[in-house]
Order: sequence, then structure tokens, then C-alpha cells
Amino acid sequence: MPWAPDLYLLVSTPGLTLDLIINGILIGAIFALVAYGMALVWGVMNIINVTQGEYVMLGGFVAVGMWHAGMHPLLAVPVAAVLLYALGLLLYHVVIFRIVDRDLFTSLLATFGLSIILQQLMNIYFGGDTRTADAELGRLVFSVDGYRISVSNIKILAFFLVLILGGCLYVFLKRSRLGQAIRATAQNPRAARVLGIDTNKVYAATFALNASIAGAAGALVAMAYTIHPYFGLPYTVRSFMIVIVAGLGNIGGVLAAGLGLGAAENMAGFLLGVEFQIAFVFGLLVLVLLLRAWWLGRKRQYLK
Amino acid sequence: MQVSNNGQSSFTSKLMLYGGIAVVGLAAPLLFPAYQAQMAELWLFVVFALTWDLVGGQMGYNSFGNVVFVGVGMYACAVVQVGLYYEVSEYTDARGGGTEFVFDQGQYLTGLVAGLPVAALLAALFAVVLGALVLSLRGHYFAICTLGLGIAMGELASGWEWIGAGSGMTPAEPPRSMGNINRLHYYLAFGLAILTFCAIATLLRSRFALAINAIRDDEDKAEAMGMYTTRIKVTAWTCSALFLGAAGGIYGNLKRFIDPTETAFSGATIGVWMVLMAILGGKGTLWGPIIGAVVFQITKELTWTYILGWQRVALGVLIVAIVVFFPEGIMGRLKILFPERFGHRVETPDEAREEGR
Repeated sequence: MPWAPDLYLLVSTPGLTLDLIINGILIGAIFALVAYGMALVWGVMNIINVTQGEYVMLGGFVAVGMWHAGMHPLLAVPVAAVLLYALGLLLYHVVIFRIVDRDLFTSLLATFGLSIILQQLMNIYFGGDTRTADAELGRLVFSVDGYRISVSNIKILAFFLVLILGGCLYVFLKRSRLGQAIRATAQNPRAARVLGIDTNKVYAATFALNASIAGAAGALVAMAYTIHPYFGLPYTVRSFMIVIVAGLGNIGGVLAAGLGLGAAENMAGFLLGVEFQIAFVFGLLVLVLLLRAWWLGRKRQYLK
Repeated sequence: MQVSNNGQSSFTSKLMLYGGIAVVGLAAPLLFPAYQAQMAELWLFVVFALTWDLVGGQMGYNSFGNVVFVGVGMYACAVVQVGLYYEVSEYTDARGGGTEFVFDQGQYLTGLVAGLPVAALLAALFAVVLGALVLSLRGHYFAICTLGLGIAMGELASGWEWIGAGSGMTPAEPPRSMGNINRLHYYLAFGLAILTFCAIATLLRSRFALAINAIRDDEDKAEAMGMYTTRIKVTAWTCSALFLGAAGGIYGNLKRFIDPTETAFSGATIGVWMVLMAILGGKGTLWGPIIGAVVFQITKELTWTYILGWQRVALGVLIVAIVVFFPEGIMGRLKILFPERFGHRVETPDEAREEGR
């Protein structure tokens, strides 16, 4: 067992375990925000959006681009949000509005096609290298039980920004007029239309809003971690997994599942080796789906 | 009215169609020796699309993960080809190069003859085991789960040293004395495509087709009628895996190099292509996937070199365009345009009036 000594190290060094968990939870908040966006589109429009991870990637490239142009990458968070909102509107009016009423497999395949287009365009434009935007905020260092834990400040800042962003989105959906319209459409689009809500506009706004928050999260990912054109699909899969575990419209569940996934993934990356981290994500997806199906199957039900 | 006459003419036209395809298929490599590899790929694509449609079109289980069986078959065949004569780990360590790993004609052919059935059976075994687990999921959950399976398998293969890990593996190199080996691969692929077609055409005429169509239309009702749905679903997936495994074995030999994520478990190329070909031709029809594969491969080979670097963008555009604007496929469109040719009788306006409306 190649991971046995690592496991021993983990058990015998609580500081190291804490380090892995802290770092995992910090990125887990980003997973949760992206998953919340996916749940929004899924719940309102009944579309499983595979381009979710590509929005994160595009937002990240906005940050990298602005950093290379000499601007502070933190400025990229609002810029990425605005640009991705526009992209979301564009995609909605070109493609998505045609598939809103179709079955889920159609939307799955169509957004899969869109995600291939986006990642390939970025690959052509920026190249396939791993990129990062340095926010130059320094590191926070403290020691636990004699083990030095070092966390870069941008990760902590990103964590809190993501929580604030998620909170704003939640309040927006609960309080604002558009948020109410979105929730009404989610409940019953036909009744919403009867009551004078332009559901087409609501769908467009929902789709673009999702792109926008995922893009903002992506800008933070580029600063706190790394990005490259092909890392979208793991983000999509993580979001999907979180939504399956937490259910639609359960913000607490989404947050808990996101943080848990982040920590679990970080531990697995340490134990199995970084080269198996992606395999772990996809393997976990299969496992989560099968466990859910088995659990429901005992009650003669299935995932709908 | 002229039922017997109609049956007679349809029999002769069928005979001419099959005969024509056989003649064209057998003669093609002699006529166009420069394109043997592409044509071999075409027949493999026919296998991919046909087997995808058995599960995706006929049974309604849209899989993104059939590429798993292609990859398993590819590696299994290559490992058997090498393993019969050399130590696999030494071979992969040396990247299959050097002068120590030489295969003579007999060894190469024996390897292929032994490797392809092993590839098919191992892929089928994977389908039985994975299917028993995964086929309990329905609809898009199944689709996403199989997508995850495909990528996870690719990542696992790129971490497994014995089969070359991330740097891939070369199947046994044929000896120079065998000349242009692509001709052999072509006929293997052609034979496999014919075999697959016959098997699936036979399946689709049997009670089994009724069962899988029932599952597609309403699985709960099918189960309530007393069908062992899980067993039927696993059987269908295993059938398609059997042919996909053999096709993977040939594909690996044709490509001469197996990259774990780019050739073997490549969800972004053949994994999507097989879905696309089936939809382009027409889901749930026997001839649709074949037409789709032919149209797709010809389009791909004609345009791919002109759009160097933009191929995958073009693929994305193609997926979106077909799914959004042409979901019924070529066969579906033909059915709408010429319903009489498919055995649907269309009422003339006079008849409709006679019925008292």
C-alpha cells in the first residue's frame, strides 16, 4: 500500500491534517458557490448546465489577462462578473432559449457542446499552460503542535468574498422583484406567465446571473489557485455532485457539501497522490450517484 | 393492394443494397489504397454508432461512457499481443521501442487473433459488472455517471505503470515484411462492422427489441408487466460492449499508439462522436447510425485538415447545431418527408373526408 506511510503521517501529525482540512475548506466554499449557481439554473430552467466549469475557467482568464495588463487581479472579480453576465445573455439568446422546453439530455448535450467550444477557444487564445494571477497579499503563518501551517491570505479573502457573494445572491432571490419572479417561474412557469411575468426574460436573467457568479468565483480561483483551459469539467462535475448530495434549493446543504468535498479532495490528493486527484473526483461522482440510487432503490424509487 | 408485389420488390432491392455494400466494402481498399486507414476508421465508427444506438436510441439510456469499452478493448488487445511473447512491464518501460521487441508475421497474426476475442470478452465483462451498478440510474443521471466513469477510467489508466501510465502504450509493431498493414486492419474492421450489423439487425427483429423499446417508453410499466428490466438492460449494454471491445482492439492497432486519455478513454473525441453520429443519422433506427457514421467520417476527413487547430471548436459547433436544430436526424427527417417509404400510410384528403370529418 503506497499510501499507508502517508496515512500514518496524517494520523501522527494533527498539524498536517489541520493544514489539509483548512486548505480544503477554503476552496470548498468556491465549489459551493459554483454549485449554487448550477442548482439555480437546474431548478428554474430544468437545464443541467455543463458549461458551469467553463464559466469558472473564463472568469479565471479575465483575472489572468488583467494581471498581465498590469492591473490588480482583485479588480477582475467585478469585471469578470459583468463580462460573464454578457456572455450568459449571449449564449441564452443564441442557443439556450431553443432547448429550455426540451428534455434534459438535449440540454446536457447542447451545453456539453458549448463547453467544448469555450475551452477550445481559450486553449487557442491563451495556450494550454497552467496560469495564475498573483494578488501579492502575503501569507498567514501560524503553528499548531509544532507544525507550521501557512495559508496564503488571498485564499482566506476569497473564502470570505465567496460567502458574501453567496449571501448576496440568496438575499437577492428572496427579496428583490426579479428574485421573486425567478422563484415564481421555478415553481410554475405557466402560472407565472399568466400573472404577467415574462418568463423568457426571467430565464435569460437566471442563466446570465449564474454565469456571472461562476465567473466571479473563477477570478478568485485564478488568484488563489491555478487555472488552465481544460479544468472546467471537474468543476462542473463537482457542482453536479454537490447538488445531488444537497438537493435543489438547499443553500445550507450546498455549503456543507461544498466544504466537505473540498476537504475530502485535499486529503485524497495527499494520500493517493496529486495525479489521482481528478480520478478521485470522478470516482466519487460515480460513488455518490450509486449510493443515492441504492438508497432510493430500497424504497422502490429512483433519482428523478 | 399489391402486398406480394411490394414484398418481392423490397426483397430484390434489399439484396441489391446488401450486395452493393459488400462489393463496395470489399473493393474499396483496392480502389483507394491511399485512404485505407480512414476507411477502416469509418467501419469502426459504424460499429461505435450502431452499438451506441442499441442502448441510447433503442433503450433510451444515453451513455457518454461507451468509450470505456473501447478503451478496455484497446488495452486488452495490446497487452495480449505483447504479453504472448514478452514481459509487458519491460515492454512498456522501453516504450515498445528498441530492437528487443520484434514481432514476426506469425507472432503478429497470432497476437491479433488471440487479442481481439479477449478484448471483446473483457469489455463485455466490464459491461456486466459496471452495468449491474450503473444501470440502476436513469435518464441524465445515467448520462453523467457514465461520463464520470469514462474520465475516471482514463485517469486510472494514466496512473497505471504496467500499461505505460501517462506516456501510453504501443500495440505490437507489425513486421515490415507484411507490407501495408492497414489493408489487414481494414478488412478486420469491415468484417466486424458486418458482424455487428447482422447481430444488431437480428436483435432488433427479436422479442428482445420489444423489451428494450418498452424500457425506453416507460420503464416503470415494463417492470410492472413482469419484465426483469435490470437483466435486460445489462444484457443490452453487454452486447454493445462486446463489439465495442473488439472495435477498440482494432482501433488501437490502426492508430499504432494508445494514449490513455486521448485515444483509449477519450470522452472528448470518440466518446462524443459516437453519440453525435447516432443522433445525426437518426436515433432509434437501424440505418440511421450507419448513415450518420458515414456522413460524419467523410465530413471529418474532408474538412479536418483545413481547420487545423480549430477541429474541436468545429466539433463543439457541430454538436450544438445538430442537437438544437436537427435532433430528429437524417432518418427521422426522411420519415417526415416520405412517410410511405417507411410503411406509414398517409391519409389523402379524400379519405379523411370519407371518414366523416
